[in-house]
Amino acid sequence: MWARPSQLFRRGIIGMNRRNIRYIGRYNSRRLYPLVDDKLKTKLLAEKFGITTPALIATVTTQFGVKQIQEMIAGHEGFVIKPAKGSGGKGILVIEHVENGVFIKPSGMRLELKDLQRHVSNILSGLYSLGGTPDVAMFETLINFDEKLSEYTYEGVPDIRVIIFKGYPVMAMMRLSTAASDGKANLHQGAVGVGLDIATGTAVRGVQFDRPRQDHPDTGHELASLLIPDWRNLLVLAAGCYEMTGLGYLGTDMVLDRNRGPMLLELNARPGLAIQMANGEGLRPRLDLIEQQPDGVGVEARVAFAQHHFARRGELRAALAEHVPSA
Amino acid sequence: MSRLPFYLIVGLLIALGIGTSVHRHVQFEVPWTPGEQRQLWEIEAIVDFSALGDPVRVDLALPSHQRGYRILTENTASPGYGLSFLQDETGRRAQWSIRHAAGDQQLYYSVRMLSTDDTRTQTMPRPELRDVGWERPYDTAAAQVIERAWARSADPYTFARELIRDFSEERQGENARLLLTQFERTQLLVRLLNQAGVHAREVSGLLLEDGRRRQSLTQWLQVYEDEQSWALFNPATGGQGQPENLLLWESGDRAVLEVQGGTNSRVTFSMLSRNQPAAAAVRNQLAGDSLLNFSIHSLPLEEQALFQTILLIPIGALVVVFLRILVGVKTSGTFMPVLIALAFIQTTLLTGLIGFLMIVAMGLVIRNYLSYLNLLLVARVSAVIITVIAIISIFAVLSYRMGLNAGLTITFFPMIILAWTIERMSILWEEEGPKEVLIQGGGSLITAVLAYLAMNNPWIRHITFNFLGVQLILMALILLLGNYTGYRLLELRRFKPATED
Repeated sequence: MWARPSQLFRRGIIGMNRRNIRYIGRYNSRRLYPLVDDKLKTKLLAEKFGITTPALIATVTTQFGVKQIQEMIAGHEGFVIKPAKGSGGKGILVIEHVENGVFIKPSGMRLELKDLQRHVSNILSGLYSLGGTPDVAMFETLINFDEKLSEYTYEGVPDIRVIIFKGYPVMAMMRLSTAASDGKANLHQGAVGVGLDIATGTAVRGVQFDRPRQDHPDTGHELASLLIPDWRNLLVLAAGCYEMTGLGYLGTDMVLDRNRGPMLLELNARPGLAIQMANGEGLRPRLDLIEQQPDGVGVEARVAFAQHHFARRGELRAALAEHVPSA
Repeated sequence: MSRLPFYLIVGLLIALGIGTSVHRHVQFEVPWTPGEQRQLWEIEAIVDFSALGDPVRVDLALPSHQRGYRILTENTASPGYGLSFLQDETGRRAQWSIRHAAGDQQLYYSVRMLSTDDTRTQTMPRPELRDVGWERPYDTAAAQVIERAWARSADPYTFARELIRDFSEERQGENARLLLTQFERTQLLVRLLNQAGVHAREVSGLLLEDGRRRQSLTQWLQVYEDEQSWALFNPATGGQGQPENLLLWESGDRAVLEVQGGTNSRVTFSMLSRNQPAAAAVRNQLAGDSLLNFSIHSLPLEEQALFQTILLIPIGALVVVFLRILVGVKTSGTFMPVLIALAFIQTTLLTGLIGFLMIVAMGLVIRNYLSYLNLLLVARVSAVIITVIAIISIFAVLSYRMGLNAGLTITFFPMIILAWTIERMSILWEEEGPKEVLIQGGGSLITAVLAYLAMNNPWIRHITFNFLGVQLILMALILLLGNYTGYRLLELRRFKPATED
């Protein structure tokens, strides 16, 4: 039921207090937070830095603009409406396709234009934003996620969380939505987290509600065979977010698009610690190793360093132990 | 980045805190523990009135040595007024006078009373029977009420008790109601007792409760059995006997306050209990005001009572910091539990818990309806505030009607904080489901109860109030906790699966 602190320490697990003081407090400057708390800002910034994101169709900033929705979305097969300052997936509406002016959600539910307008109006008045502040509605193109991954998820798009520390990818996991999580990829709501090997992008371990799990609870598909295609590109893209935002301790949420490859979905300046559970390993030895690295290393070199040192199997683990004697 | 300045500051705070506390203990003999000492009551009476610009004379009744209480020192503050103390068989009185005064006036009288173990009943001259004249139709009503009570009683005490019962809510007959329309209850009872040949008078007393401000005197009925022996009766309930904490203030058939040359006069009382070694109670009169004697005790009594509560807040904050950083308890609103705990101090724990749960539960139901109305945030929270006030009023009135006086203390809850709590929990319910509401609500309540237990502990109250240096130590502790990077207790369970392979 209870672990001893020494057990956790030996495995390099870090707790909330350490994360807050030692990493977020030290490496994330408060004035940079708005860059990641506002998805529209993140997206515009990402475009400037050449980081792929789902294409922006339009934004609605005023209640007056709500009337022009129809013209904005004309010609788009499917799209997603998001609040720019929403958190935890609140207020996100996915329209899979449009049929004679009727909008159809992935669950098959049919909406009319006025339902859409009401939703956008709610977003603008701050129904889904932190603290109820007025917000902006974003229209994005639909993500066509890789079919190879569809057996691993139930509704919803699976996303990949990569923790970027000082520009180095240190740990990664995939979040698979389940019936319990209501199609959302939030671990504390019941999504399955699958730890990923930084070197190869293969599954290491799966957890649901912090307990180990070998298969997906809804599709029944085993998790061990999970392999993320285009893994290196994904890491390079995620690691580039360090230069983009200047945040030293960053959670990047990535998705894989069938046609456009890895894309940045959103950023988080206070990433959670559940990723340690999904990987069955603590963050601390890796973070300690990165702290010893000099600044000013290029993105490619950082990803190569991480892939070399954070590989989970084989002789590379011995090399890691040399670098981190105390852990 | 060196942490040296940080630890220097913490070390300095602790050294200073311990130093000043030890100094206070040694120099002023303030004991470490509240036990085995005499209880000392500091009572302050404030007379307020508006002077009319003419000569003013103010006459205030003063307490005397009596059963359970002994006067140590008394002081007055009344700039420009002449003052004399008068004593006769009806008791002691203070008389202030001035040739010319205009506008709002405030006169202060403060007295330090030592609790004693003396339990002898003191002798007080028996009041004479007064001729009571009634007008019609009150004469027949009075006669019938007396007759009824007389038939059901055996001696003066039982007669008084029966008489009071006839005027209590549930047994109030037509005659009693008629009489109450014309006379004030206590005076009426004295008249009726006198008419039946029982010697009695109205006395005013102060119920001593630690830290109370703006209190007024309560009326009691003193009934004589013969020349010497008497008993006190509560004119509302008929209860016989003098409560332990009742200080008789006026017992000579005189008005408590008489003001000539002024209007809108009233007298209010603040009181504070302090534990002191019996010797120090006398000696600290001699201690001069020096910088090292920096103490809350140099403030007026009313402010001291306020500070007694304020100085407890850091204790509550420490409990919150401890539970969040070391244990990992989730609460709704960081310091909301401290404010709830402060309310618990006034309401007592059980009443407070029941009241809190009822208000929040009712509030959540109503807030749930408000969310259908799709309002903007500020308007919605304001609506919840009004709802909370309505709920509190209804509970207070209902519980009073049902005879539960404890229900009235529900008004001590901080209403705006409660409204925000309801708002937050309601959003939490919609977004994360009822389980998360239970976790955070339960966490808040546990934190509030623990903070209450800490803040209500007599020893902690004693230490925080008498040793200001302790605040510095608390500050240092909180700074240290803010520097803690280790695991929280609940994380040991959360991360347990990661240690199993």
